[in-house]
Formats: sequence, structure tokens, C-alpha cells
Amino acid sequence: MTKLRRKVYMIAGYNTISMGTGRKEFHPKKERPGLEEYIKEAGQAVLQMIGGAKNVDESVIGNFIAARFNRQANMAGFVPFIDEGLKYKPAIRVEGACGTGALALVTGIKSILAETAEVVLVLGVEVQNTVKAIYGADILAAAGWAKERKDGHAYFFPGKFSDRSKAYAERFDKEKTRQAMAKWFQNAIENARLCPTAQEYHNTTKDLIACGMLNPNPKGFVDSLNVFDCSKVSDGASAIAIVSEEGLIRCGISKNDAIEIMGFGQAEGDITQTPADLTQLDTTKAAVQKAFESAGVTKEQIATVECHDCFTIAGIMATEAIGFAEHGKGIDFVLEGNTARDGKVPFNTTGGLIGWGHPTGATGVHQAVTIWEQLTGKAALNQIEIKPERPYALSINMGGDDKTLVSIVYKKA
Amino acid sequence: MEYSERLQNVTVIGAAGKMGSGILLLTAIEMADLSLKPENKNRQFILNAMDVSDEALSGLMKYLRAQVLKAAEKKAVQLRSVYADRTDLIDNEEIIREYVNDVVAIVRPTTLIESAYNSTLIFEAIKEDPALKVKIFSQINQNSTKSPWFYTNTSSIPISKIDKEANLGGRILGVHFYNPPAIQKLVEIIKGENTLQELVDFANLYSKNLRKIVVPSHDFAGFIGNGHFMRDAIHGIREAEALQSKYSFAESIYIMNKISQDYLIRPMGIFQLIDYVGIDVCQYIMSVMNPYLPNEDLHSDLLDKILASGVRGGQNSDGSQKDGFLKYEKGKVVAAYDINTKSYAPIAEFQSKCDDSLGKVPASILPWKAVVGNPKKDDLFKAYFTELNQTVSFGAELAKKYALRSREIGLNLVKDKVAFTENDVNTVLLTGFFHAYGPINNYLD
Repeated sequence: MTKLRRKVYMIAGYNTISMGTGRKEFHPKKERPGLEEYIKEAGQAVLQMIGGAKNVDESVIGNFIAARFNRQANMAGFVPFIDEGLKYKPAIRVEGACGTGALALVTGIKSILAETAEVVLVLGVEVQNTVKAIYGADILAAAGWAKERKDGHAYFFPGKFSDRSKAYAERFDKEKTRQAMAKWFQNAIENARLCPTAQEYHNTTKDLIACGMLNPNPKGFVDSLNVFDCSKVSDGASAIAIVSEEGLIRCGISKNDAIEIMGFGQAEGDITQTPADLTQLDTTKAAVQKAFESAGVTKEQIATVECHDCFTIAGIMATEAIGFAEHGKGIDFVLEGNTARDGKVPFNTTGGLIGWGHPTGATGVHQAVTIWEQLTGKAALNQIEIKPERPYALSINMGGDDKTLVSIVYKKA
Repeated sequence: MEYSERLQNVTVIGAAGKMGSGILLLTAIEMADLSLKPENKNRQFILNAMDVSDEALSGLMKYLRAQVLKAAEKKAVQLRSVYADRTDLIDNEEIIREYVNDVVAIVRPTTLIESAYNSTLIFEAIKEDPALKVKIFSQINQNSTKSPWFYTNTSSIPISKIDKEANLGGRILGVHFYNPPAIQKLVEIIKGENTLQELVDFANLYSKNLRKIVVPSHDFAGFIGNGHFMRDAIHGIREAEALQSKYSFAESIYIMNKISQDYLIRPMGIFQLIDYVGIDVCQYIMSVMNPYLPNEDLHSDLLDKILASGVRGGQNSDGSQKDGFLKYEKGKVVAAYDINTKSYAPIAEFQSKCDDSLGKVPASILPWKAVVGNPKKDDLFKAYFTELNQTVSFGAELAKKYALRSREIGLNLVKDKVAFTENDVNTVLLTGFFHAYGPINNYLD
């Protein structure tokens, strides 16, 4: 991928609360907001910041699987529901499992590049607390190959990443792998505690490492992950506007409040193939390399990363896929504190999927919103220092078991 | 007859009752799990759910389906391998639904006692009426060609007595579940004088497969559980009666309930526990036990009186608590009964007065909830009871007396050869009554 042919910016990000267990407001038996409320809240918040629906040329809505969680398809039809001003304007729904959000972002970016739009409203949404976790696992398994479901674990995706974590631990260092996973969990929760919309914002557990170190319970769950290694079931939406130079002016937004897309990489793995090496995220690696090439930057110039830590082990493997650590050394990289908020490259500064939450179709958009906040100085208590010599940020959003990948490089405009 | 064979045709008598439904649920799941093993593919498994009311049986089947669904959701991980060969079942949802159907398909609701004539194992959980139990067991035994084993859930009637009167030739064993059987871990196993050892061995294996904790008890009316509980209740009642020279009836009930719950760090106060079990059930168990206790009068006029006034306790069919000595709102105690006015007096009206008169509370006191799962609870109890011992207050005196009496009851159960060991007594109170510490301890020495 070469340099982008036109300047593309992101502005006006917004996240709803990531709702689910852990939030004080959450009670499994009480009525909760649905797709409609989340879409409206996030969509309207962005419209308000960019001068209203009249400024929007088209919209992209990302959603993984409302057809099963909420008996709802044809999601693009909710775009005009956000604001009447969006009626009769183009809208498209995209899907790529947990990588849906970033697919929505690149769909918007491509519209700007194609010059078919100057302002694109991009939104991701998922409402998953409609079924018990054991049935939710069936629904989320659709992110894998359906023909593998029968032989898969009851908790299909935790099963997949349990296999990865087991292979990694056995090949490199069992004890250290467990410690690094616990450390990843601790970082995630500590970051989430600073972010009022995070699902773990109310978490008050004193000894996070002790939780992370708990032995897995293969009888009730999976072989090599404990529940703290896993992102939770979440409801929520995130939205952001993707605009051209002209779009910025139209929306009346200063470059001070915008970030620029420096490049991006997309990569797809074959859903019918099992990973060649369980200890590596190959497709992730390919996408990140493309993004770096496209942006013309190196990992040394990255100030912060939002990676797809659906499971702690995926976070650790991402540090290797990016190239921060050699194969097998991601555990050391994490244990040395490099990914913590005061470390060399803070990862997932609002908690990531484990701490902030993982409303699947919204996650990729949430990552972009966090980066927009960090690079424009709007991250409040989550704010980290962005040094001038390393001004770039990187996001990685993954669909399925390292299948549908989008990686984006950003910089303050 | 090996384990699976013994469980191929089983009857639960009194299956729609509080205890029977739990035993039915656990047995149905155990039998279904056996039936799903490859080696049992060609075997039929039948579980007769017998009760006297068709209406109650309909309710039972609904309850069973809902409970099996919950159990299946919890063990979905194992169920996927159980149904691994079934290519038509892919999602957890399909597998769980199939399992529920398989469990329920084993169960045959019936009001006819004749159904039990083909059973090799009979669980009985009818009311504590020795004559009725003997009548039913005799009838089945005379009409069956299977020489069935009888497992009775009695909590108070001596097993040897039933054995002799029903002429069962030692094919009877006390298998006493605690309420509710699906949740409580404890099973008391009581061998009669002539009980065949095979029955004990099977019961041990069956309980183990149900992941229960087995405590053997001698065949003495009341066994360990009620042997402690009924005497503990009598102590609480007598203490409350004694308080009535200074306090109203409702106040006395409140005080002794508080002492036995808060001061003794138990999950429930004694009057709440009596209400939970049912005042009528407690009275009945005492009446069954009392004739076997020559040196003791296990009887309370107060229970007779309160039952005569129409207050019974026990639970509603949805599991919620009925009013008894205490009145409950959303599971919380809000008022205490006054036998003199035959009405409930709100606790808020006299709580502070009573609490004041109980005096200083040891600073190291903790609620039961905070201690029960604590790995360092032994240290916490040592510290608390040491402080309680040094505390000079009316409340502390009542609490010490209560704790020492509870210990004495426990020690007597061993001395009188009801329990085999002190440890067994403690295990029963820890697992069957959810106490956080055993009554036989040296915390107050």
C-alpha cells in the first residue's frame, strides 16, 4: 500500500458506556438500553460536534451479529433513525466479526479517498447481553468457520485462544506466560478505572495480579485461560467522523481537534485454515507491516497502541506481531512494564477490550476514539504524554482467530 | 447387581415435596448421565416420580425441566463431549436442549404406587409419619419381585424400627438429604441394626457421584442433624421464655434470634431457622424423637401454643419464607410475633431498646457472610470468642451460654453414640446448616 492520495482526518469521537457485568448500573434481570438507544446516543453526539446531519455525506454502521443477539438485520436502516437529516443519504452496514469496527473505519476512509464523500459518519454497535454467556458463545462462534463449531469448545473463542496460550506457554515459559497474562490484566483494569465509560470503571479489586494468576478451571471453562484473561460480554456503541480537508472546514473543526490517518493496512486470513503456528498472529503481523509501509513510519515512532486484546494472550502476541518484541519475548516485554501507562509504549490506555469492554462491532471504532482523545489531548485522566519525537499511534482490530485484520497509523493533524 | 443396573428402575415416593423433588432432580441427572454412556446405550432407565397429587406432579415436571436446564447450562463443557457423536447437535443451545429432553424423558410422573413394584431402588421422602412409611414399604415389598432397596429420607425415625415393622430384612438405609437437596452438600447415612452392607456401599458411591459429603450417623432418633438442631432450638426457646420477665414476647424472640445469629456468627438466628424448617415440622420431629429420650423432655409448650394460634412458618411453593416467629419482607426480618396480642410487632419499634440492653458488642465481631468463606476464619473466631469471653454485658452472657450449650449438645451426641466422632458433628453443622465453625471447639476455653 502506498501513501494515501488525499489527506484523511478523524474528528469528534464518542463512546457510550460499555455496559455489562462490572458496571454498577448493570443487572442481568433489569431492562437495559437496546441497539436503538446506543446508536442514537453515539450518532447524535458526533453530529452535535460536527455541526449537524446536514454536514454528513454518507454513513457507515458496523455491527457483527445483531441478527442473532437482537433479531435485527438491515442495520443501515438505523442511520436515519439517529437524525432525520440523514434520511435518503447513503448508508452501509459492514461486518467482519470482532474486526467490524475498523472495517467500518476503512470503508469511511476509502470513501474520502475515492472523493465520493467529504464527511462520513462511522459508527459501531453491539448489544450482547441479551442471552446468557453459554448461548452467546454459540453466536460469537460465527466469527470462526461454522464447520469447525461441532468439534470446538463450548466456549468456542476462549477455546481457540486457550489453545494458543497453551502452545505459547509450552514452547516458551509456562510460569512467565501466566505472569505476563496477569500483568496484562492488571494494566487493563488500572487504565479502565480512569475512564468513566469503561466497563471496569467500577472495579475495586485490590489484588489484580492474584486474580490474573488464578489457575484455569478446565471443567467449567477452558484449559489455559481463567476468566480474567477474557474480555467480557458488552453492550455499547462508538462513533467518529472521517473527513477530508474540505470536510474539516465544512464541519468547522480546527486541526487541533483532529487526527490524521497516515496510513492503514488490511489483511485477510483464510477462515477455513487453522493457524500455521498457534504462537503467532501472522495476519496481524501482515496488516501492521502494511500500515507501517503505507504511513512510512517505523515502530520506534509509535507513542501508543490500541491492540485487540480479546484475551490477554492476544495482547502479548500483538506486541510481537508489531515487532516490539521478538517471537517468545512478548512476555518479557509486558512483564518489564513497557505496555503499562507509564511504560515505553502504553497499550490500550482506556483499558482495551479487557478493561474498557468489547461490544464486538464497536471495538474498532472505540480504538480510534481513544487514539483521537490521546493525540488531541482530550483523554482526561487517561491522558498519556505524547512526545514530539514519537508522534504516531497505532490501532489493530482483529476479526475471528487472526482472520480479518485492519491496522491504522494516526498522528495529530 | 452393579451400580448402573441398580439405577435402571428407581422410584421416588413423595417426589413432589420439598425434599422429594430435590432427590428426584439429582437422581434423574445421575441416571441420565449413566444412560448417555456408550456402554449403556441399549439399557432403559426409568425413574418413577410418585406423589399423591396430579397437580403437584405437573408442578414438579415444570420445576424439574427448569432445574435441569440450569444444571445443563453449567455443564455445557462436558455435555459437548457426551454428544460428540451426534452430528445434528452443533450449538450449545441444541446440546443443552437435547440433554434436558433426555433427563426429563427418564422421569415418569405417577400417582400409582404399583409403579414402584418394578423398581430395584426406592427413595422415600414423605412426611415424618412412621406408620405411613411402614405401610408403604410393606406394600411395595410384598408386591415386588425385585427385593428392592429402600432409602428413606427420614430425619428422625430409627431405621431399625421401620426395618422390623415393614419386614424388610435389612434392605433399608437412612439416606438423609438436607434442604434443599440440590444445593446442600450434606447427606447423613444411617445404618439400621440389620442393614445390609451393600446398601451402604451403594449409597456412598451414589452420594459421591452427586458430589455430596457423607457423614455416617448411628441409628438413633434424630441422628446428628436434628439431634443438634432440636436441642439447640429448645435452648433458644427456653432462653426466650426466661426473658419474658423483663421483655415482651416479641422482644424476647428478637433478642434470642439476634444472639444466635449475630453473636454466634451463624447464617440464621434460631427462630428464623425454626420458621425456615416450619414450626409444625419442628414440633413433629420433636414428638417423633422424644419417646426415645428417657432422660430428656424434647418438647416445647410454646411451639404447641404458637401453632394453635395458626402461625406455622415454612415456605411458599416459590421458595419464599412464610411468616412464623418472625415476619419477613423480601427475605428480611421486619417484625416479631407476639403470642399475647396475636400480632406482629415491628422490630424497628423496639430494636434500639433491646440492643442497648444487650450492651457492649465485641469489636472483633463479623457478619457470618464475611467469615464463612475466609481461609483464615479459625483465627478470626479465636480472636472474636476470646474477646466475647472477656466482655461483660448481658448480650455476651447470653451468647456464651448459648455457644457452650451448643457444644455440650454436640459432645453429648458423641457420648450417647449418635455420632461416631466429634468431627462428624462439626461436619454436619458446617455443611448441613452452613455454620462457619463447628459447635465442638475450644474457642471459649
